[in-house]
Amino acid sequence: MTAATASTAEERSAPPLATGTARTAGLVVGLALLLGAVLLSLAVGALPVPPAQVITAFTDWAGTDAHVAVRELRLPRTLIGIAAGAALGAAGTVIQGVTRNPLADPGILGIEAGAAFAVVTAIYVLGITAVTGYVWFALVGAGVAAVVVYALGASGRAAASPVTLALAGAAVAALLTALTSALALLDSGTLDAFRFWVVGSLSGRDLGTLAGAEPFILVGLLLALYSTRALNALALGEDVARSLGQRVAVSRALAALAVVCCAGGAVAVAGPIGFVGLVVPHAARALVGPDYRWIVPYSLVMGPILLLVADVLGRVLVSPGELQVGIVMAVIGAPVFIWLVRRGKLVQL
Amino acid sequence: MTGTLTRRVPVRSRGFSRLLDLRLLAVCLGAVVVGVVATALSVSLGEFAIPLGDVAATLVGAGTRTDEFIIVGLRLPRALVGLGCGMALGVSGLIFQTLVRNPLAAPDIIGVTGGASLTGVAILILGAPPALLPVGAFVGAVASATLVYALAWRGGLSPYRLVLVGIALAAAFGAGTSYLLVVGELIDVQRAAVWLVGSLNGVTWDAFWPLVVGLVVLFPATAALTRALDALSLGEESAVALGVPVQRARLGLVVVAAALAAFAVAASGPIGFVAFIAPHIARRLSGLTGAAVLPAAALVGGVLVMVCDLVARLVLAPIELPVGTVTAVVGAPFFLWLLYRANRPVRGG
Repeated sequence: MTAATASTAEERSAPPLATGTARTAGLVVGLALLLGAVLLSLAVGALPVPPAQVITAFTDWAGTDAHVAVRELRLPRTLIGIAAGAALGAAGTVIQGVTRNPLADPGILGIEAGAAFAVVTAIYVLGITAVTGYVWFALVGAGVAAVVVYALGASGRAAASPVTLALAGAAVAALLTALTSALALLDSGTLDAFRFWVVGSLSGRDLGTLAGAEPFILVGLLLALYSTRALNALALGEDVARSLGQRVAVSRALAALAVVCCAGGAVAVAGPIGFVGLVVPHAARALVGPDYRWIVPYSLVMGPILLLVADVLGRVLVSPGELQVGIVMAVIGAPVFIWLVRRGKLVQL
Repeated sequence: MTGTLTRRVPVRSRGFSRLLDLRLLAVCLGAVVVGVVATALSVSLGEFAIPLGDVAATLVGAGTRTDEFIIVGLRLPRALVGLGCGMALGVSGLIFQTLVRNPLAAPDIIGVTGGASLTGVAILILGAPPALLPVGAFVGAVASATLVYALAWRGGLSPYRLVLVGIALAAAFGAGTSYLLVVGELIDVQRAAVWLVGSLNGVTWDAFWPLVVGLVVLFPATAALTRALDALSLGEESAVALGVPVQRARLGLVVVAAALAAFAVAASGPIGFVAFIAPHIARRLSGLTGAAVLPAAALVGGVLVMVCDLVARLVLAPIELPVGTVTAVVGAPFFLWLLYRANRPVRGG
């Protein structure tokens, strides 16, 4: 097992936000940015709404088109964006920490594909349309995929390298996607509904969907926050973590549960959206350094910002139509992934 | 491992001396026999069954006009295109797996097929003439392979970067494909969805001849590269020590493997799992590894696609399933089992 030898000089250089005060201030700035992203998400779209009217839609309801657009259409998708963004950001951070793999992401590793396959099965094959029903499928699908991918990528002679894990994830994702599309070929009605679900989008979902999945996301987020110390210890290597008093198996299991709850919940509300969990932890790490006690809270703020901005971009780019957020994220995320791969030796976390 | 020595016999004549592996020979002959039987059944069975005697008569030019139309016009090209696609995919998969030294690598995973899917679906959805479909898919596969190669290049090509860049681009291409499926008319989307699974329904000699040309050029090219492939499968240092020009050999192998996949996708759409599992089946049957398995991988791949297509035609007759559904259903469990086996710490050294 390679232990703490891996961190390079580049990683050790002090992050921009090195002190507790700076980090707290950064978090406050992040929250302000998130508020800005929320306002953007409420204001921008096929019917642009001035910021003043966005406010009055909540304080002084007049029932105008603008107010309806803000409260009936954009508020649900914004709230879903916040929940899914936080969940995916946290899931990515925890999975990168627990696998010590800088390229881990619930999308790349097939976990979202597992949840998506389970949800599509539940909705279109078993006829379970209530989110309270199919959210369980999402969790089980995510959990099974996570276990399979980790077992495949991390077992064997060589320790789990970023490459073996990514390949196992991509292979499992390919398998599940093939099976999911085979289901969609069953009849044209299924295909028609399915093609909109599977791209990953914040629109066309209502607050009831969010309410059904929110408890699981909250549990996942709390577990992620609880796991931060364990992730810090695991980053030093399994042996060191154990000698620091961590029960490694328990820590890993809790972290995995956090990932499954977050990723499964996010897929249940918004469909599979990739790369959020890849990009967010790297951005957070670049700001605050390798301490997961800070990375996780930062990713909880940065995930929603990223997802909301991507969603707004999707509305602006092909206006009056829209580009689903899952597609925008792939366009943003794939180059980041490639950049991470190209920037030299893969840094082990 | 010692057993391998006893079942090799030297074959020598003037200026030629090779060790012939009897078990490999047996596997290849077995595959040829199964292939001939499968071809016979493919042209004989169907909605309009033609007895094998009449098939033989038709093939020597003594059949009825109806039989001749069904056999020569419809069923024979379909069987042969299936055979050719399977052979191309089997060899392509084996090259990628050996080059990357990972049993999970395949053109499906590292973006080659993803690019073909994107351009193919674009042609089907955006109303381009359907005749352009094979050309578009071929161009897409070649372009994406070039892109993967270029982005993975960094003062040399490392197989790991190739895989990771390929995975990222495959995700981006997948998002693009999903977008096209969302914006398309449902009728086009249905055709695209069937094509995306990989289908031999309605293929004609028009699909056969380009494929044959591709195989005639690329199989000798593969044969010329086998020594380099074997050397590379020992690792970069060993390959250098053996005098193999590593970067040139890798370029050649990637070009050949990507071109083989491109010809297959152009003829039939992206048939999944064949490139994954054909090399594994060939390896297990022959008990060999590395480039020596190439002929067996080609034959196993060809027979696999042909038999799966026969099943796809007959299982729900008169409905013809896309062959990719069958390869997925057959391939998926086998693939999972393989993943489990491949990563077990077995066969020390």
